[in-house]
Amino acid sequence: MAVTSSPRTVRVRPAADRQAVRGRSGRRVATGRVVVNGSLLLFSALYLVPLVWMLLASVNAHGSFKLTVPSPTGANFRQILNTDTTYRPMLNGLLMCGGGTLLCVVCSVLAAYPLSRFRSRLRRPFLYTVLFSTGLPITAVMIPVYSMFVQVNLIDSMAGTTLFLAAAALPFGIWLMKNFMDGVPLVLEEAARIDGANAMQVLWRIVLPLMWPGVIVVTIFTFIGMWGNFFVPFILLLSPEKLPASVSVFTFLSAHDQTQYGQLSAFSIIYSIPVVMLYLVLARRLGGGFALGGALKG
Amino acid sequence: MTTSAATAGPRRGRAVGGLLRGMPLLPAVVLLAVFLAGPIAYCVYYAFTDMQLTGASGTHFVGFDNFTRAFGDSDFVNAVVLTLVFVVGSAVVGQNTLGLALAVLMEKAARPVRAVTSTVVIAAWVLPEVVAGYLMYAFFFQQGSLNAILRGLHLPQQNWLYTLPILAVCIANVWRGTAFSMLVYSAALNDVPQELVEAAEVDGAGPWQRLWRVTLPVIRRSVMTNLMLITLQTLSVFGLIYTMTRGGPGNKTETLPVFMYQQAFTSSLIGYGTAVALVLLVVGALFSAVYIRMLKMEED
Repeated sequence: MAVTSSPRTVRVRPAADRQAVRGRSGRRVATGRVVVNGSLLLFSALYLVPLVWMLLASVNAHGSFKLTVPSPTGANFRQILNTDTTYRPMLNGLLMCGGGTLLCVVCSVLAAYPLSRFRSRLRRPFLYTVLFSTGLPITAVMIPVYSMFVQVNLIDSMAGTTLFLAAAALPFGIWLMKNFMDGVPLVLEEAARIDGANAMQVLWRIVLPLMWPGVIVVTIFTFIGMWGNFFVPFILLLSPEKLPASVSVFTFLSAHDQTQYGQLSAFSIIYSIPVVMLYLVLARRLGGGFALGGALKG
Repeated sequence: MTTSAATAGPRRGRAVGGLLRGMPLLPAVVLLAVFLAGPIAYCVYYAFTDMQLTGASGTHFVGFDNFTRAFGDSDFVNAVVLTLVFVVGSAVVGQNTLGLALAVLMEKAARPVRAVTSTVVIAAWVLPEVVAGYLMYAFFFQQGSLNAILRGLHLPQQNWLYTLPILAVCIANVWRGTAFSMLVYSAALNDVPQELVEAAEVDGAGPWQRLWRVTLPVIRRSVMTNLMLITLQTLSVFGLIYTMTRGGPGNKTETLPVFMYQQAFTSSLIGYGTAVALVLLVVGALFSAVYIRMLKMEED
């Protein structure tokens, strides 16, 4: 199968070490290593500039675009830690993304089971449809979704937005979940079948306990995607008190002048913390992120 | 193996059994049908109407008017060109090349350097889109970090977001998205048999020749898959551009998603905006179909 059925934990082979041990043309290899390491470090430093700026600006009282902070302050954080600016958008985001993720994961598990276990003429076409929809640009369907939501009165509804987020994440969720489920051996399942368990009991008691890592990966992946999604809530929600953090960062950015970049940076950091933490959990599970590329490789 | 699970209820009729077994698919199918297939069907329908946001004049079927109008509309043509520049510049050339270069260099680097580089690159990728857009805005802004660095190096500065806005959003997308290509290529390089590379080295091939003649041919499937996936991702980028420039100044960064949004919601032309969305959808669908074909070939 194209997408690997289970996360691989791959160690990068220390090619450089081996070359050094061999000792042939040792000096040239050593110079090469210095150049490689040096250029990667320089590159990393450049790459890091915007991130460092955000950290510095968040503790900078004057909120300028400079890379220096004369006197660090916690005032920016203190000013944004209130219901309107931080707590409610974060809670809204948590409700919609949490609800959407839950719905998406439950539907993916249920859908993955027959797709992984039963042969049918419809199975392949269905799988290819699912895979096909993972590639469709969701951005492009947002205008018709908006028109549709207007007609059925779901505009500015957090429940409607949650449902749409779940549906949009579903193709990828089903695809990943099915691949993880393919990795669970059938032997145990057959034993339970002979003892008279039905499909749902087998799924719940045998298959799921064996694929928790996969379920967690899909859950975290789905949540990170939804948490960062800006366009969907931006189009479907109108009332300021219903907006999630992704949209409120944007309104913050467009509504305030330069003097408040410190606060905006502070808010951006708070908004980003959940996904960064979740990514760290994910990376640890998948062995340093390399296997993540493998799982997505196709 | 599977047949024993499939024929668990042999006394039941085949059709009924099949239907019951398929039941767990139902919630997913309903969600997908209502919220994805529905809007896509609507998209096709609306694209041929003159629907407006205000709904004042009612909605009429107008045939291909929206499309003939689009192809005669210099703003639409501008959006198509910018989308091409954005996709080719930031994904096909930028992310892809940089991701490959990083993966190749990281294989040769010391362990701590490798860890630092991958952490930094992945950090930019993990950040939410809007935050990345804001950080890139701050980076390219007239009084931003880029100009501060250039001033420190005594190099000429300029107001990047006005003079070279499309370059700024391309670099922003490279900054944000390279991690994906880097991860794909790191995994792919791991699967390259070391003996092949060493054999080429013994035969006297230099580093460039080894990359071109040995490594790239071995990982060509990953290259194709990666190109497809990043093209699809870049095609639908909206938040990054919208936070940085809102399509401006003028329409200098108005790629198709931004143009579509402006037409539908700023100019209230839902029908026209949907026609643009349909163009985007069809292009995405074509790429997606090619991608599946490639996976299918790999499987057989």
